[in-house]
Amino acid sequence: MIVAQNLTKKYSSGTVLNIENLQIPKGQSFGLVGNNGAGKTTFFSLLLDLIQPTTGHIINNGVQVNTSEDWKPFTSAFIDETFLIGYLTAEEYFYFIGELRGQNKADVNALLSTFQDFFHGEILGQKKYLRDLSKGNQKKAGIVASFIGNPEVVILDEPFANLDPTTQIRLKGIIKDLAANNNVTVLVSSHDLIHVTEVCERIVVLNKGEIVKDIQTSAETLKELEVFFAG
Amino acid sequence: MFKHFINLQWKSFFRAASLKSNIAIKILMIFAALYMAVVFIGMGVGVYFLIEDQNMGDPFDVVNKFMIYYIAVDLVFRYMLQKMPVTNIKPLLYLPFKKAEIVNFSLGKTILSYFNWSHAFFFIPFSIVLLMKDYNPIGVIGWHLAIIALIYCNNFINVLANNKDSLFYAAIAILALLGASQYFDLFDITAFTGPFFNAMYNLPWLAILLIAVAVALYVVAFQHFKKNLYLDAGLATKQTIAKTEDLSWLNRFGNLGTFLKNDIKLIKRNKRSKMAVITSFVFIFYGFLFFTGAIEVYDGPIWRIFAGIFISGGFLFSFGQFVPSWDSSYYPLMMSQNIKYKEYLDSKWYLIVIATILSTIIASFYLFFGLDAYLAILVGAMYNIGVNSYMVLLGGAYTRTPIDLTSAKKAFGDKQSFNLKTIMLTLPKLILPLLIYALGHYLINPTAGYIFVALAGVIGFAFKGLVFKKIEQIYKKEKYKTLLAYKQTN
Repeated sequence: MIVAQNLTKKYSSGTVLNIENLQIPKGQSFGLVGNNGAGKTTFFSLLLDLIQPTTGHIINNGVQVNTSEDWKPFTSAFIDETFLIGYLTAEEYFYFIGELRGQNKADVNALLSTFQDFFHGEILGQKKYLRDLSKGNQKKAGIVASFIGNPEVVILDEPFANLDPTTQIRLKGIIKDLAANNNVTVLVSSHDLIHVTEVCERIVVLNKGEIVKDIQTSAETLKELEVFFAG
Repeated sequence: MFKHFINLQWKSFFRAASLKSNIAIKILMIFAALYMAVVFIGMGVGVYFLIEDQNMGDPFDVVNKFMIYYIAVDLVFRYMLQKMPVTNIKPLLYLPFKKAEIVNFSLGKTILSYFNWSHAFFFIPFSIVLLMKDYNPIGVIGWHLAIIALIYCNNFINVLANNKDSLFYAAIAILALLGASQYFDLFDITAFTGPFFNAMYNLPWLAILLIAVAVALYVVAFQHFKKNLYLDAGLATKQTIAKTEDLSWLNRFGNLGTFLKNDIKLIKRNKRSKMAVITSFVFIFYGFLFFTGAIEVYDGPIWRIFAGIFISGGFLFSFGQFVPSWDSSYYPLMMSQNIKYKEYLDSKWYLIVIATILSTIIASFYLFFGLDAYLAILVGAMYNIGVNSYMVLLGGAYTRTPIDLTSAKKAFGDKQSFNLKTIMLTLPKLILPLLIYALGHYLINPTAGYIFVALAGVIGFAFKGLVFKKIEQIYKKEKYKTLLAYKQTN
């Protein structure tokens, strides 16, 4: 589904990402971990064509992302609050994204109804614009918006940060479901090793821009990661 | 402790992202500032002799007569532009500073604001002229001090009245009403206020009273701030009650409708964009300067086209100029969604065109000044739609100034919006139509001038598809730079 080859990103201060070869098959739930500055967000930004690679390229479902825009209809993401439109209410935001992705109001409502639990009554029907919601609630809205329009690839940067414990647990269920039942490729980055080992079938560790570990998740994975990061 | 504040202030100024913009812009800004200073000094020196020439009576009396408007307009400008001192207070709250010190420093900072000392450029030369004209020195000094006190009163009133929009609009309405009733000889407020300002000269000790008022206002502002120095009081960000809007009648326009719906909400729900709409409304009345013959240099026939461009194009300049920066806070979203640049730009273009047509209709009152005047506006509107609408969109690809939608401030002071490319692009917007008109006017006759300009608009309109394709390509090419620039808010 996603192939990165000879992918590097250099700034004047040095190389921030250097991936020789990375393949992510369709329907995999893929976890990216690494300390600050490891290149997680850089990789996601490259995947969304928000920055240009210095060398190499990423192919998403047969589409080279930095030359064609045809990956957009089947890819969605929530990276940070710049993916939210602050002056809209949550509903208006969902409908807007829906319209961009060819979904009418009824479609969007049907999808939203499956996330009632996740929203915990704090997103829909609020007399607030998104900019006035708390950080955690903003994140909830952004994450759910990235599920609109049956995307085949969903990219979530640090989805667990800022969420309350209940919502974290619910989100884990949602991500697992997505990959298992809907054959969606989910890419998640996280600082929380426990969450990421629970959710992801495969975990890649980035360190200073390079892949240092590529693990199929098993019972020992958490231990292995903890040893790596402790060292 | 004060040392720490000053140190922080110093760093926040010299490390601001905007200060790192390139040298050329800085030089340009310095020139602009110098120019303003020179204009003010020139006014300060010249206004006395100007009034004397016009035989309007004693110049000092005349200045005093209109001083109330000067002070009022100053207050309006402050409200719109002067930044409040509350920023950057939050991180200081839990540090070992006394609250009184924080407040004193924040308020003290406003005393040094450009909005206060820039008046000196006008009043110091004017006072010197008065002294040379043998006005009583003690009186002049008293008057001068009183004016300074009034300007500082404005400063603290503004601090107290900040963010009270209803108050602001009411004040504007009263000001407009007073101005209009004075113009039509219905009621002359200056008859009451003029003597007051004269009294400041005749009774110099009045200055002490006014200084006392300014100090009192400082104390009130101080108390107000200190009382509200809590995250959920004075430092809270204001929340508005959200209203969901349907606007589904726009659905018939397909994808374009999606963007139009969003753009309408953008304009209605954000301070900064509302300010742009107000500005464009004010632009409609800009023509009075031209068509009433109020300013001599504007009497040339070519300037009518200039007026026409501005009257119909207020929205084009105040809103269109900043496409796509209006969407800067969520540009990464837009760039990763399934969006065609063409539809996105089309929506902005339609907004500009609709606003231009509306302005032209509202401006029909210029028919009072003759058919010729309105014709100039119509022709200007055609040029705006056919040529300038593309120019602003094109300029937008290079503007790259992130816009903080929730703040009405900085609407005019953005340093990054001055770059060479955008300046180059304003030339065809304003100068080219004048040249085209001049060509027809002086080679053939005035009618031909109008026809030429209108024709340029029609031709531009006809090539919309082609031009849009080009603009789209440029937007795509500039995408990464734009994304990077928008990341650097502040």
